Amino acid sequence: MMSQQPEAPPPLVALEGVTKRFPGVVANDRISLSIRAGEVQALLGENGAGKSTLISLLAGMQQPDEGRILVEGRPVRLGSPREALRLGIGTVYQHSTLVPSLTVLENLILGAPWWRRLDRAGTRARLAEITAKLGVSLPENAVLGRLSLGEQQLVEIVKALWLGERLLILDEATSMLTPKGVEDLRAVVGRLREAGIAVLFITHKLSEALAFGDSISVLKAGRLVGGLSVAELRALGEQEALDCIVDMMFGTRGEQPAAEAARRLGEAGPTILEVEGLSVAAGPMEPQVREVGFQLHAGEILGIAGVDGNGQKQLAEALAGQRAATAGTIRLEGRPIQAAGVPARQRAGLRYVTDDRLGEGTIGAFPVSLNLLLKRIGTPPFWRGGVEQPEEIDRHARALIERHDVRTPGPATPIGRLSGGNIQKALLGRELDDRPKVVVYNKPTYGLDLSNIRLARAAIREQAAQGVATVLISTDLDEILELSDRIGVMLRGRLVGVVANDAEARRRIGELMIGSGAQA
Amino acid sequence: MSGEAQQGAQPDAAERLTSPARVPSGGGDLARRLAQALLPIVLALVVGALLLALLGRDPLAFYGDIVRRGLLSPLGLQESITRSAPLLLLGAGLIVAFRSGLWNLGVDGQFLLAAVFAAAMAPPLAAALPVWLALLLTLAAAFAIGALWSALPALLKAGYGINEIVTTLMMSFLGVSLANVLVKLPFNDPATTVPQTATLAAADRLPRLFGTTVNLGIVIALVAILAVHWLMTRTAFGLKLRVVGANPRAAVHAGLPVARLTLAAFGLSAGLAGLAGGVEILGVWGNMRADWNPGYGLLVIPLVFLARFHGVAVIGFVFFFAVLSIGGETAARRADLPNYFNLFLVGLILVFMALTEWLGQRWQQRRET
Repeated sequence: MMSQQPEAPPPLVALEGVTKRFPGVVANDRISLSIRAGEVQALLGENGAGKSTLISLLAGMQQPDEGRILVEGRPVRLGSPREALRLGIGTVYQHSTLVPSLTVLENLILGAPWWRRLDRAGTRARLAEITAKLGVSLPENAVLGRLSLGEQQLVEIVKALWLGERLLILDEATSMLTPKGVEDLRAVVGRLREAGIAVLFITHKLSEALAFGDSISVLKAGRLVGGLSVAELRALGEQEALDCIVDMMFGTRGEQPAAEAARRLGEAGPTILEVEGLSVAAGPMEPQVREVGFQLHAGEILGIAGVDGNGQKQLAEALAGQRAATAGTIRLEGRPIQAAGVPARQRAGLRYVTDDRLGEGTIGAFPVSLNLLLKRIGTPPFWRGGVEQPEEIDRHARALIERHDVRTPGPATPIGRLSGGNIQKALLGRELDDRPKVVVYNKPTYGLDLSNIRLARAAIREQAAQGVATVLISTDLDEILELSDRIGVMLRGRLVGVVANDAEARRRIGELMIGSGAQA
Repeated sequence: MSGEAQQGAQPDAAERLTSPARVPSGGGDLARRLAQALLPIVLALVVGALLLALLGRDPLAFYGDIVRRGLLSPLGLQESITRSAPLLLLGAGLIVAFRSGLWNLGVDGQFLLAAVFAAAMAPPLAAALPVWLALLLTLAAAFAIGALWSALPALLKAGYGINEIVTTLMMSFLGVSLANVLVKLPFNDPATTVPQTATLAAADRLPRLFGTTVNLGIVIALVAILAVHWLMTRTAFGLKLRVVGANPRAAVHAGLPVARLTLAAFGLSAGLAGLAGGVEILGVWGNMRADWNPGYGLLVIPLVFLARFHGVAVIGFVFFFAVLSIGGETAARRADLPNYFNLFLVGLILVFMALTEWLGQRWQQRRET
């Protein structure tokens, strides 16, 4: 049957009420969106908003539990990545999926059936066809690993369009690119638009969504919370669009949790921690922490908000002593400690609860008892003259297990066998043991289920009530608003502002997080 | 495990939401580990027997010869024990490295280089000093030479994270070649026609025990491996090394001096390999010939894995291997087979070891789901 409305053909690709659940999480909750030919739609969302799940549904890696996906108006089943590619839906992932030691041409041949001869001439022709459409040229015989990251990304794009050219999904496509590379990518996206290909541009950066997108959709906690259509976006000025989206992302609905009102500014206690001009060297692909400074009083909770990857982890590690600072001072109760190592800071009462519980916080194969003493190896009474005292270690473990209600068969059980919530309880027990003065939490509830989130937040609040000066790093703004007295925002390695946790906080933090409030 | 009963003991409504730990029952743990260690050996012997039968040899006679010559005859037993000494010291060195997460694959070079220095030092020292002091100094020097030969890979690993598998292997080739050059040039004994070092008088060697051919080396080796086992499992230093080995990022998180611990582990591991070379020269040979390179190091590696880095278990496996190699020489000769047949048996053990490990893991996974 022919379409009844010739002026409005069905969208190229559409999602209708798509839901995807994982144990304990609704990753995508009744999402409906549509993309037309020649439209670049920016999909904006924080980490954990459900962007990756949405991609994997469109790429055929996973199937929705409810709802359907339509291609040119017809419902389709994307049972495998190959089926998605055949329907012309290609994905360029954030991390390369190509083989660096093969040439460009060989990488493109890779997807062909294994029983066929390598069709170099055909591959070359198809490559020429696509690159012509993109307005670029690629050295087909160059080894991929020798190309710039921008060129490698082009190869990814070509590969994604190889079997068909309807929808191209770009996942955080600018994260590896230089500013020049970003500009080139914009040109390529422009060509795709002219060629009538739809582009779904996935990003967590608002500025990019505005720069690339003809329309914008905002994903938050698995739901599509709003968006601007092509027409709406065109009608609005840049500042208006920005305000509108900040509103969708961070909300100004004034639903203040009860605990928030109960918090008061903790100026009462003495200053415990002073950080001045702290700079931290960056590893490859890491933001550099620059000139961070703040003061922290006893019993006060300083929330540090920000989009993930703006230097929060580096700052936390520098405070903990496991990463060297290049400049600045850290004073604990007036004494400079920036030169001290982890064990000395630990003894002085500065504790760090890492977000990477399995990667660095614990050793999965080691018993719970030793993991509880990981930062105190060799100290009495657990070791005497360097020799371990099994009874002392066991007694210490049993006490902490009971006090923090760690569900484990016993102290000798390898900690990796425990559930995530229990590992976190053990970690909290380790760091909060023995009168802490300052505790730095990095994403303390990340990956936990609801009941454990509540327990962890209660522990943080209770410690602060007992006078512990607290730095709470989190990407969960609600968590920060619920617990903090003051809130700072990290952006590109700098602490761009510290605001009091009052009724205006949510909006001001949202502005600081995307950089628009920095000058204000 | 003892704590299992506790879990059900405190039912709490709020806590029922949190998932309990999944832990397999601890019963039969020792039996399982024993089976996992011995099964590969049994399977290897069975397959070896099949092959012997195919070759027209009597497998029972072959294995009987191994046991009779390597274990039951007094002289063979003494030889097996003597052979165990350098293997145990190498095993001790490898336990330190492997438990620290370091692949010290250069033990052969460390062993041989220490051996050549021991062989060159011992005769002049014995002439100038009391014998016990000369022996002690020589053994200390052997330890130091071995440790020194690992310094470059250790520094590269600690400072730049350069893969020690490659560097230790390369240093091993260099060490073996350098040992050969040293025997032929500066340390050569001009009084002999074959290139070798001056010979240490039998009276100046490591003392023999209770009128047997077994020398003090086995005592040194047993003390060393038990001490290493205790060090790695019971002391703070050993635990720090194991933390670095098990999860280097956790070591950084805990503030451990990872670079310094890496250097210490390398030094201890290679030093023990060097000590093995010294003990073998001072206890058995008295000199070093240019063509002597027993290649014990790479033979011990599979044994250490078979024992899962457990010092006491290494003693058992090393002795088994010593019996196999001493008895196997005779058995192979009598069965008119090349001596390599014994290496074939060791290879089979390794293959079956990997296989049982894999099956054991699959079995464990299936039980947990």
